[in-house]
Amino acid sequence: MAKTASPATPSTAPRPSRILEGTWIPLVVFAILAVMPAVSVALDDSFLTLFVIRVMIFAIAAVSLDLILGYGALISFGHAAFLGIGAYGIGILSAEGTDEGLIAVPVALVAAGLFALVTGAISLKTRGVYFIMITLAFAQMAYYTTTSLSAYGGDDGLTIWSRTEFLGHAILDDRTTFYYVTFACLLGAYLLCRMIVASRFGRVLTGAKQSEVRLQAVGIDPYGYRLVAYVISAMLCALAGVLLANQTEFVSPAYMGWHRSGDLIVMVVLGGMGTLHGAIIGAAAYLVLEEVLQDFTEHWRLIFGPILVLVVLFGHGGIVRLLSILSGGRNRG
Amino acid sequence: MADPILRLERLSKHFGALRVTNELSLDVERGEVHAIIGPNGAGKTTLISQISGALAPDHGSIVFDGRDVTGLSMAQRARAGLARSFQITTILPNFTVLDNVALAVQARQGHSFRFVRAVNRDRSLTDAAAAHLETVGLLERAGTRAGSLSHGEKRSLELAIALATRPKLLLLDEPMAGTGREETERLVAVLKRLASDYTMILVEHDMDAVFALADRISVLVYGEVIATGAPEAIRENQKVRQAYLGEEA
Ligand SMILES: Nc1ncnc2c1ncn2[C@@H]1O[C@H](COP(=O)(O)OP(=O)(O)OP(=O)(O)O)[C@@H](O)[C@H]1O
Ligand SMILES: [Mg+2]
Repeated sequence: MAKTASPATPSTAPRPSRILEGTWIPLVVFAILAVMPAVSVALDDSFLTLFVIRVMIFAIAAVSLDLILGYGALISFGHAAFLGIGAYGIGILSAEGTDEGLIAVPVALVAAGLFALVTGAISLKTRGVYFIMITLAFAQMAYYTTTSLSAYGGDDGLTIWSRTEFLGHAILDDRTTFYYVTFACLLGAYLLCRMIVASRFGRVLTGAKQSEVRLQAVGIDPYGYRLVAYVISAMLCALAGVLLANQTEFVSPAYMGWHRSGDLIVMVVLGGMGTLHGAIIGAAAYLVLEEVLQDFTEHWRLIFGPILVLVVLFGHGGIVRLLSILSGGRNRG
Repeated sequence: MADPILRLERLSKHFGALRVTNELSLDVERGEVHAIIGPNGAGKTTLISQISGALAPDHGSIVFDGRDVTGLSMAQRARAGLARSFQITTILPNFTVLDNVALAVQARQGHSFRFVRAVNRDRSLTDAAAAHLETVGLLERAGTRAGSLSHGEKRSLELAIALATRPKLLLLDEPMAGTGREETERLVAVLKRLASDYTMILVEHDMDAVFALADRISVLVYGEVIATGAPEAIRENQKVRQAYLGEEA
């Protein structure tokens, strides 16, 4: 799924080095993730595997957000709602005695998809700040709905007594298996989004971001495309929620709090919007920084805030941009 | 004179107290290049916007190719065969020149709910787009980012995008605006060639271009058509000379 330039005319033919330039970062990222369990064994550090699973789960959520944020310029400030719906889907079904993943996972994803379809249909009628506010409002609605679910723990959240099984096999109980299931989900989500943004659908999405009028003038109404992208993004984010519920064996309203939605945006911006692998790197950087700074002070956000401001002001394009500059790639705007 | 491609009937548009289109009726025949001229602020762009669907008229009707399109959106009208170029350049700056045109080809080929195949390897898009770029003389710039084209090149790109929708009627709002002498002559030559295949409404201030291209000319002043006719008739028309051509000098 490498991103290559248009082959139509000689002047557009990319030099081989330019093609590599675009793909080495995701290759390295996934290579590192693939060997992490072995590294963790070598270092005799079991926390590391758990931590990287968490990173990959949030990376899935961040990649899903980048699909609409980076490629569609849709600033969803309520994306954590989909994470929460995915997690609650698993939690509630488990509480009701359904641990079978072939049922629970599709139910959780479809629930998030339907929520996105309804709220997206309304939100996408608005633009800019209004879109931010209305997606936030819908997420807060979901948040307060879960706090009032007294049968499922309400404010206190819900403990999941047994992890999702597949055809009766409790495969997620094994840490390494859980790791590679999460890895496969992340890789799958990444490749799916890569494919989508390179398709006709993706071109409409990225075109609409630049000039809605231009698309209208050639006969394309972007609304339906944005809505479908929103639903796809929500379902991928719900997949992250499914994994998160299984890892923590717990779900709570906090999963869909507005600060969680903000975290996801920060991850995408920090890593580099509109690149997909930037979202993965951003999620990793965010969680590592959080982990490190937390050890210094409980007011870690006070340090984290300024770092973020610096990235936004000076590191336009995020970490990914920085990496390609450092590796001698051309500065492309 | 039966079956015009476009029939405007008593079209009106006000901005506050300002009547920008005033009970305007006009027929555009199939195959003709119909120029619309008039002083600044006469309401030419506003008229084009109403025809293309960017603005809704207060009342009146727009019949395109035998069908009342007054209530249709801009995208629906574009799909019906109405293509517009903008007086203020409207392109996708971060796409390549080729991709700007390929998107229009893609729109023409039907819906874009296609998720699997990579667009840049789709020859049905890139080949057609390249052909349209060749028509307007922009093929060697195919791989350039559209935002970094010169002003004149952007005007040509606008035209290529409009052509890529394979329109039945081209609405060109000052396609030569702001271009140099040489570029204008080149564009006139391009439009001259296209005139045998396309019906056009051409809004233009450059009188040499208008008289070189138009089959008929309508003169718009304060939202009203004060004269319509062959170029020679318009040139001789006393009302027009007073209202418009006289101001030129
Ligand atoms: N959206 C708007 N709101 C209010 N007034 C407008 C609007 N658009 C145009 N006008 C006014 O309507 C009048 C006609 O504008 P229009 O752009 O249609 O003229 P034009 O004939 O295209 O002029 P030009 O030759 O300068 O392009 C002008 O007086 C303009 O200021
Ligand atoms: Mg105008």
